[in-house]
Amino acid sequence: MAKISLSNLRHSYMPDPTGPEDYALKKIDLDWQNGGAYALLGPSGCGKSTLLNIISGLLHPSEGRILFDDRDVTDLPPDQRNIAQVFQFPVIYDTMTVRENLAFPLRNRGVAEAKIAERVAEIAAMLEVEGMLDIRAAHLSPDNKQKISMGRGLVRDDVNVIMFDEPLTVIDPHLKWKLRSKLKELHQRVKATMIYVTHDQTEALTFADQVVVMQDGEIVQIGSPVELFERPQHTFVGHFIGSPGMNILPATQEEGQVLFNGQPVALEGAVTGEGGTTELGIRPEFVALADDGVPARVRKVSDVGRHAVVDAMVGDTPVKAVVDHVDVEQGAEVHLAFRPDQTRLYRDGWIATEAAHAK
Amino acid sequence: MKTENQRAWFFVLPVLLLVAFNALVPIMTVVNYSVQETFGNNVFFWQGLDWFEQILRSDRFHAALGRQFLFTFLILIIEVPLGIIVALSMPRRGIWVPVCLVLMALPMLIPWNVVGSMWNIFTLPKIGLLGYFMNDVLGINYDMTQQPLSAWITIIVMDVWHWTSLVVLLSYAGLVSIPDAYYQAAKIDGASPWKVFRYIQLPKMKTVLTIAILLRFMDSFNIYTEPFVLTGGGPGNSTTLLSIDLVKIALGQFDLGPAAAMSLIYFAITLLVSWLFYTLMTKDDAK
Repeated sequence: MAKISLSNLRHSYMPDPTGPEDYALKKIDLDWQNGGAYALLGPSGCGKSTLLNIISGLLHPSEGRILFDDRDVTDLPPDQRNIAQVFQFPVIYDTMTVRENLAFPLRNRGVAEAKIAERVAEIAAMLEVEGMLDIRAAHLSPDNKQKISMGRGLVRDDVNVIMFDEPLTVIDPHLKWKLRSKLKELHQRVKATMIYVTHDQTEALTFADQVVVMQDGEIVQIGSPVELFERPQHTFVGHFIGSPGMNILPATQEEGQVLFNGQPVALEGAVTGEGGTTELGIRPEFVALADDGVPARVRKVSDVGRHAVVDAMVGDTPVKAVVDHVDVEQGAEVHLAFRPDQTRLYRDGWIATEAAHAK
Repeated sequence: MKTENQRAWFFVLPVLLLVAFNALVPIMTVVNYSVQETFGNNVFFWQGLDWFEQILRSDRFHAALGRQFLFTFLILIIEVPLGIIVALSMPRRGIWVPVCLVLMALPMLIPWNVVGSMWNIFTLPKIGLLGYFMNDVLGINYDMTQQPLSAWITIIVMDVWHWTSLVVLLSYAGLVSIPDAYYQAAKIDGASPWKVFRYIQLPKMKTVLTIAILLRFMDSFNIYTEPFVLTGGGPGNSTTLLSIDLVKIALGQFDLGPAAAMSLIYFAITLLVSWLFYTLMTKDDAK
């Protein structure tokens, strides 16, 4: 168990990177607290798998250091870092039985047989695979295979961190949920640091205490699921998390007022900074249909079950609103009201309003 | 309720005819010869299983069969491990991959009788490069036309040169199909290179290796052209393998009856060994 610190980490897959665009990871400084459940969330190609492989030691970073509890492990190979990794596609040793698979990492480290038997039994019970111990691993279903590859990580009691690289990709939807709760449960039992890489916001938000959102090789925001949802630090986070994502609307700043479509808009707090491109950010959940406000025309109404999503046009700008029940039709002229304490200004993508102090 | 429809047979009929003409009819002709005696003019006398008995009891057949098994055994024991080692050391990606693949495929593209002629000229004591080098530079007495041992070494080296590539290419195909995650997981699990080979690479190569060994067994067990061109079965009878002996009996002595019986025994042995091997290799998977 250890705290993991990444300092000044950069990585490029090219031999001679010149500009920032050549880097898959652009300067990462990050601490992972011991025992935390983290998710690394971002679209495909944002560098999250690269970051994972650097922590596990499968990749050597171009620049920067990795510390496990202040011990520099940058130059150590994966097997000396005491980490475990679960891959996108289940990796199991086909010719071995489930028992031998689970014992494999311990045998390779010369652990005594009695101790191995004890650990394997313990892990098998935890994963609920006791009944399968003596069958050949090749005959398991994908979700059980993935459990076994998880088990090979959990079986060592000295692991610093267990990393999951989109582990539910090949699992059937109805088993995904089960396996995800199993993971959460395992985290509470073994208390090891876990890092879960995914591009699926539901997986990230349900698994993690802290979510690290990445884009183009950079960390955009670190926060709890609630923080990411309520107060995105960057328009990318606002848009990427939530379904539908945050409304990002063009805005202008004039004489201390922020105008959207020519009308002043009330914000959560004081505006910071000046210049740059300004945009308004408001989640569809906080846009309401009202008697007065911004005039708009309804383009589409989709009923998604518990609530409905109203797609409206303010001039040429689409705005989405989530409402409980719909009493408007396509083509109707409506007014949209933005809840002030949930309306924020973004400058060049980054948040530019101070948080509201009181509700 | 199952509907019976006999029309399906019409779809199979063309294949059936084709198989009949290219396999069944020739084999039946051989069976025909194997149980009769003929003195020409299409006059046949019933012999029963006499020819089979004669062949199975003949020392000459035993000797040829022994040589054949020895040859095939040596071929497999050299080519299979060598092929795997070469495949393991080939690059997995990059510009050298096509270069290696083409180099590997080259020997297999050369016609068999050309391979025999090449090695004949190459190894002749006075005029061949290898023959000259061995005798006149290294001073090793090497003459495949005179010494059985030299002849054996030459046909084995020739076959290794000609056919190891087949094992290499098939093993390589098996190796490149292994996802990187397997190697990464093995690294994290602390597996030694031997364990990576034993538990990841070998199991993934098993299917293609089974096919490679089967093909190499059948081809080497039925080998004719190359040793015939190289040594003609000599010196003496030392490299007279089964097929060479068979041709001597059939076309040299024109003993069609015994030759036909021998062909069938030969065929049965090839079939039996292939079947046994394949069954043993695939038995595990069902478990």
